[in-house]
Amino acid sequence: MSTAPTGARTARDEQALHAALASRERPPRASTLSACLTFGWRGMLKVKHVPEQLVDVTITPVLFVLMFTYIFGGAISGSTGEYLEFLLPGIMVMSVLFTTVYSGVALNTDVTKGVVDRFRSLPIARSAPLVGAVLGDSVRYVLGAAVVIVVGMAIGFRPEAGVGGVVAAVALVVVFAFGLAWVFTTLGLLLRTPNAVMNAGFMAIFPLTFLSNVFVDPETLPAWLEAFVDVNPISHLVTASRGLMAGTATAGDIGYVLVSAAVLAAVFAPLTVRLYRSRS
Amino acid sequence: MTSQSTLAIEASGLRKAFGGTQAVDGVDLAVRAGSVYGILGPNGAGKTTTVRMLATLLRPDEGEARVLGHDIVDEADAVRSVVSLTGQLASVDEDLTGQENLVLIGRLLGFRRSQAKARAAELLEAFDLVDAAGRLAKHYSGGMRRRLDIAASIVVTPQLMFLDEPTTGLDPRSRNQVWDIVRTLVADGTTVLLCTQYLDEADQLADGIAVIDHGKVIAEGTPAQLKASVGSGALHVRLLDPEHRPEAERALSRALDVQVYLEPDPAALSVGCARPERAAEAIAELARAGVGVAGFSLGQPSLDEVFLALTGHPAEEADVSEEPIASEEEAT
Repeated sequence: MSTAPTGARTARDEQALHAALASRERPPRASTLSACLTFGWRGMLKVKHVPEQLVDVTITPVLFVLMFTYIFGGAISGSTGEYLEFLLPGIMVMSVLFTTVYSGVALNTDVTKGVVDRFRSLPIARSAPLVGAVLGDSVRYVLGAAVVIVVGMAIGFRPEAGVGGVVAAVALVVVFAFGLAWVFTTLGLLLRTPNAVMNAGFMAIFPLTFLSNVFVDPETLPAWLEAFVDVNPISHLVTASRGLMAGTATAGDIGYVLVSAAVLAAVFAPLTVRLYRSRS
Repeated sequence: MTSQSTLAIEASGLRKAFGGTQAVDGVDLAVRAGSVYGILGPNGAGKTTTVRMLATLLRPDEGEARVLGHDIVDEADAVRSVVSLTGQLASVDEDLTGQENLVLIGRLLGFRRSQAKARAAELLEAFDLVDAAGRLAKHYSGGMRRRLDIAASIVVTPQLMFLDEPTTGLDPRSRNQVWDIVRTLVADGTTVLLCTQYLDEADQLADGIAVIDHGKVIAEGTPAQLKASVGSGALHVRLLDPEHRPEAERALSRALDVQVYLEPDPAALSVGCARPERAAEAIAELARAGVGVAGFSLGQPSLDEVFLALTGHPAEEADVSEEPIASEEEAT
């Protein structure tokens, strides 16, 4: 049976093992769709098991809602109530975009922990782990948006366009996040550690959200800065979300957002898949 | 001569370089179906890179290989559907429970949800993980992680399994469990390619062994042949006083008439010696020479001694890591 007295497996163990090995059943290969959905399910399980990660990314936006509304609101807009109407859609965008950095961090963690090797040795489409992970992250994106909206409502945010407007705004932000997440998954495969991905990711996304119209009307900025803010896709996303929540969105703003999301995905999704496939 | 159809792995001239380092430098392998084949070598010798090429995770720079009849480059997908890999890092998802890890792999292999759950339950039972099924894998001990990892590799029982250093870092109890699992797998018909740093492990499990150093196979044979070329056992002696080592060396070589190996420990020596009665004579010779002995044991030669015998130099770890994590080796 066993060669050593310690750790010897009992006959029962041995039988269970033989029984488990006796089954040589091989199911039909999983379809790419089914594999993607399974990876999506994995992403959701992680939200359930490691909720701290979601708290980490949403705490900053929530603090910003409170700080900016009560400290700067009166000075910027004349009243905290008016400023909140202006600020909240922008912070919702910020919260979701921060969460996209974690898509890259999660991928890098899989690489450094060796989980990717297991997935790559399975007979599934090589893009499935990536597409599935980004799909699963949509749950995180929606939760990130919801937290900010709930906090906003609690302190008096009342969107003109009602529930429909809010849902449309969240949907638009999530679509943009799908595009942006590929930038961070690319980064996730290029950098060495999850921490490096997190730092680089936030070093990019933090200034980009500040150099937009999240906090102030760009007309108050110096001309060179205003020019940058006007082309920043995040500004257009914020304008469109504000518009959707207030019932004044223009097709132009929404279109700009959808096109920039598509461009990001078209460039960075294939790049991510390529890097992933060719990993040593 | 074995006919082609009974070979699970046949590789010729496999080469792979990372940057300036030639990790694998022309490896040929012929592994019979249904056997355990050991690749023995120190860290950085090219074991992992060889396995990763055979498991289709890396594309060789040169050479070719067929795994269960499928070309590893042109028919990579076919290879993936009949092999499984248990890598050096226990590649379980730490943020999922043990049960979820197994269901995940089951679903990815094409089982329906209910089938995947049933298979997970069966494996948890077989690998003694039922009590830990609902705990996150990050809270598992090293031995439990390794068992979960192997369980994940046999959700669909593979025809060929790659095991890369399955017991490195495990305590003796967990190591014995893993060895028993491997024996059961093989008894039930799976071919195993085992990478290891321990001669002991290769001797326990493998039918054939290739010793690899600096990316090349430097010796090949059955464990018995290999041990015969090295000396099938070794007498390890520890002295009371390191000062006496030169005298001890002379006494031992006089008694056994073979080269004595001075171990890194300044008070220790070892010498090839298969039979207990010869070892007893050698110890008596030490006493006659007036050398105080703190302890002695008769055991397997270490990897170091195997390397000394085969290459004339002790096993040395490569000073560069075999696979820099960020190196993006273009595979196409």
